[in-house]
Amino acid sequence: MGEAMDPQTIIAKRVAQELRAGNLVNLGIGIPTLVANYVPPGLNVFFQSENGLIGTGPIPEQGMAHPLLTDAGGRPISALPGASTFDSAMSFALIRGGHVDVTVLGGLQVDASGHLANWMIPGKMVPGMGGAMDLASGAKRVIVAMQHAAKGKSKIVQKCGLPLTSARPVDLVVTDMAVMGFDGGKITLIETAPGVSVAEVMAVTEAELAVPDKVPEMKI
Amino acid sequence: MKAVSAEEAVAMIPNGATVMVGGFMGVGTPERLLDELVRQRKSHLSIIANDAAVPGRGLGKLFDAELVSTIMASHIGLNPKVQQQMMAKTIEVTLMPQGTLVERIRCGGCGLGGVLTPTGAGTIVEEGKQQIEIDGKHFLLETALRSQFALVHAFLADYLGNLSYALTARNFNPVMAMAADTVIVTAEHIVPVGVISPDHVVTPAPLVDYLVTNG
Repeated sequence: MGEAMDPQTIIAKRVAQELRAGNLVNLGIGIPTLVANYVPPGLNVFFQSENGLIGTGPIPEQGMAHPLLTDAGGRPISALPGASTFDSAMSFALIRGGHVDVTVLGGLQVDASGHLANWMIPGKMVPGMGGAMDLASGAKRVIVAMQHAAKGKSKIVQKCGLPLTSARPVDLVVTDMAVMGFDGGKITLIETAPGVSVAEVMAVTEAELAVPDKVPEMKI
Repeated sequence: MKAVSAEEAVAMIPNGATVMVGGFMGVGTPERLLDELVRQRKSHLSIIANDAAVPGRGLGKLFDAELVSTIMASHIGLNPKVQQQMMAKTIEVTLMPQGTLVERIRCGGCGLGGVLTPTGAGTIVEEGKQQIEIDGKHFLLETALRSQFALVHAFLADYLGNLSYALTARNFNPVMAMAADTVIVTAEHIVPVGVISPDHVVTPAPLVDYLVTNG
């Protein structure tokens, strides 16, 4: 076994393998943002920032930031050659209109039928949904990138208790322990993280997980 | 279009006005008009904007000065003061998906009564809204939004009021410039007519009522 990877790196590296040449990709905040660090060299993907940019580049070097070029959190970013800018109506037309190939979103809960809850905890955290609902409803492929459990509690639940982000099920969930899909409308284990057994995944998964005979390990 | 000072522009806005404010997390926000709203203590404002920025920046300044009664936005999570004022019930906050917010404003500026969107269908966002099925797909009817004033920030404005925007500072600005009775614009640079080529004008001059002079 190689050196241990931290949970966020495992998730981000595995999600990055889902991106294809030419994809238009929108990354949510938190773990999803890290996915950009692991895009295979030579693979050309376009990253969208929903405040109005396709072609987001890395954080600019000291002294090279422009106050009018930021990510959706208001932090300075750069724009790559071939970038384009547009207004918010266009930005969400791209998202709702199915022009975004992949969105990677963080999650609070995903349930057995693929429903995602990621935008509020009633009475505790009411920040607003921002662009999450449009992305979860409109992107061609929705991938959730999140830790498998929080404070010992499974985030893969039988039925979401928190308010849903969309009625449309997500396509793939990548956690620090497993990759899960929803083919046939049932949550199914696809891969386990390096060094994690199927039994260990089952033990921290609240949802009834379908397990095929052979479950390969993530290759990251 | 009429050229005015920031002081004259804000003097036109009464207490209790409905005001759209361009910008996204304080980027592309007409800061000088917000500073002037605070200085003239215009209160009980009903704000429509993407977000509430952060304290001390952009729209955050209006919440620092407690001048807002209601806000419609998609995200307020990065401004703890808005969260506090919401919990204390001194302001009323209406949250909606960002794509829905911008489309509602677009409808307001385009003579449309509303838009059918799949976003929010099957979630708590659909509560109280008309639901319409088209070709077996479930949509929500989201109605148009307009306001008395729109405060817009451009990169270039020419002497006639043609506007262009820069980078990610465009965001909600051109959409809001369509959707208010009175449109007030600040610009980073005010330039002679012709500097913005016709192909690069994003907001045509007839949409602009007042341009705030620089310097």
